Amino acid sequence: MNLEELIISLFYVLIIPFIGIFLGLLYKGFDRKITAMMQSRIGPPWRQPFRDIRKLFMKETIIPDGAVPWLFNAAPVIALIAPLIALAYLPIGPLGPIMEGFGDLILILYLLAIPAVAMAVGGLSSGSPYATVGAQRELVLMMSYEFPLAIAAVTIAWRFETFSLGVISSTPVWWLVGPVGTLGLILVALALFTVLPGELSRVPFDQAEAETELAEGLFVEYSGRNLGLFYLAEAVKMVVVGTLMIALFFPQNLTNWVTIGGPEIFGIIIGDLVGNVAFFLLKLLAVIFVSVSVVRVAVARFQIDKASYFYWVPMTLIGLLGTLLVWIEGVIL
Amino acid sequence: MKLSKTFDKALWVFHMNSGSCNACDIEIVAAITPRYDAERFGIKLVGSPRHADVLLFTGPVTKKMKDRILRVYEQTPDPKVVMIIGNCGSTTGVYYDSYAIEGPIDSLLPDDAHVLYVNGCPVRPENIINGVKEAWLYLEKIRGDDK
Repeated sequence: MNLEELIISLFYVLIIPFIGIFLGLLYKGFDRKITAMMQSRIGPPWRQPFRDIRKLFMKETIIPDGAVPWLFNAAPVIALIAPLIALAYLPIGPLGPIMEGFGDLILILYLLAIPAVAMAVGGLSSGSPYATVGAQRELVLMMSYEFPLAIAAVTIAWRFETFSLGVISSTPVWWLVGPVGTLGLILVALALFTVLPGELSRVPFDQAEAETELAEGLFVEYSGRNLGLFYLAEAVKMVVVGTLMIALFFPQNLTNWVTIGGPEIFGIIIGDLVGNVAFFLLKLLAVIFVSVSVVRVAVARFQIDKASYFYWVPMTLIGLLGTLLVWIEGVIL
Repeated sequence: MKLSKTFDKALWVFHMNSGSCNACDIEIVAAITPRYDAERFGIKLVGSPRHADVLLFTGPVTKKMKDRILRVYEQTPDPKVVMIIGNCGSTTGVYYDSYAIEGPIDSLLPDDAHVLYVNGCPVRPENIINGVKEAWLYLEKIRGDDK
């Protein structure tokens, strides 16, 4: 890596967190608005999450007497930093992963596990029984959804024979398989789609922060700035998981079908770049709409044992069946 | 950070029954249904007083609930506003002079508490939303104190 590339990478790494936070809050606002419209409500304006964040940072931050202060304060920061780092390793629309070569899909899977663990640690360290129950549920849920997630990642990586996201997102995986493999990939994509609400602790997998039974569960003792950081972490995680879904299954660019053209700067055609970025944002909205908003409106919360069963048995079997079909096509047919 | 106007449009409310007959509680729930949709003003019902900006107390304070009310009030981070929902909370209503009642909520809260009253028996959902508008006026007053 020469000096010029280093400077460009540094620049990207510095602006990526802000883009991630902005997009996360924006999509959270869209999610709330769309959910409200589906429930025939007017709903909050799309900029409501920005207001919520500003308000939370204005509030007093209370550290309860029963808490372990350094863990209690560190957990939200860790929960926010991990998805922000993951964003630097993910291909964002037409741009390849910025940190390509330094980490791949495996690293993303680990970085995605960190916020859940940080939330559990924060819950356990806050010294409230509600938070303790929430933390245990979060860990149970994490152990459940990791398996279908890993199956999806491994299937794609096996087809490409690499874990590098730059390579995986350069070609849609659908182009590499025949009819049997396509069926298998659809099953794997279905399993991954069900992982998204679990990963984001959204209904029907929000047992860890169920406000009706556990009084917000994990976050029961968090207030002010710390709660705001968790809020941001959740928003960024939504972007990260959506981007991962897009990178694995829908990496198509707009330029695969149409070219816009326009002036050329540094070898980049501006019109195409803008088109691709806009197309990526639309894809992200579509993924979040299907996996978060629609599911949230349509389904009620599972009991924790049923949520765990849902991931361990049906979704794991569907994922394994999909992997098997892809494997059969690759090896036998 | 200074209290800015953004605060008004993102009020999270925590609801606590301090011994009411449950009618006002049902009307609070009615205020967040699609028909009244309080969420369009950024109002969200939260499950923990640590997250709340506005505390909704319903009902006269029974002897058992007095300590809990004060504890929930202290657990809420500043700045906060207390909204007393229903006649019972502000005057003890039909439970006036009862042996089981400690008195109206505002007589128990600390002197510097920002309290506002929403009357009705039970309160109509429109009145609750109107009460939130009054909470905005209160917050403006708090902002004025800061200057």
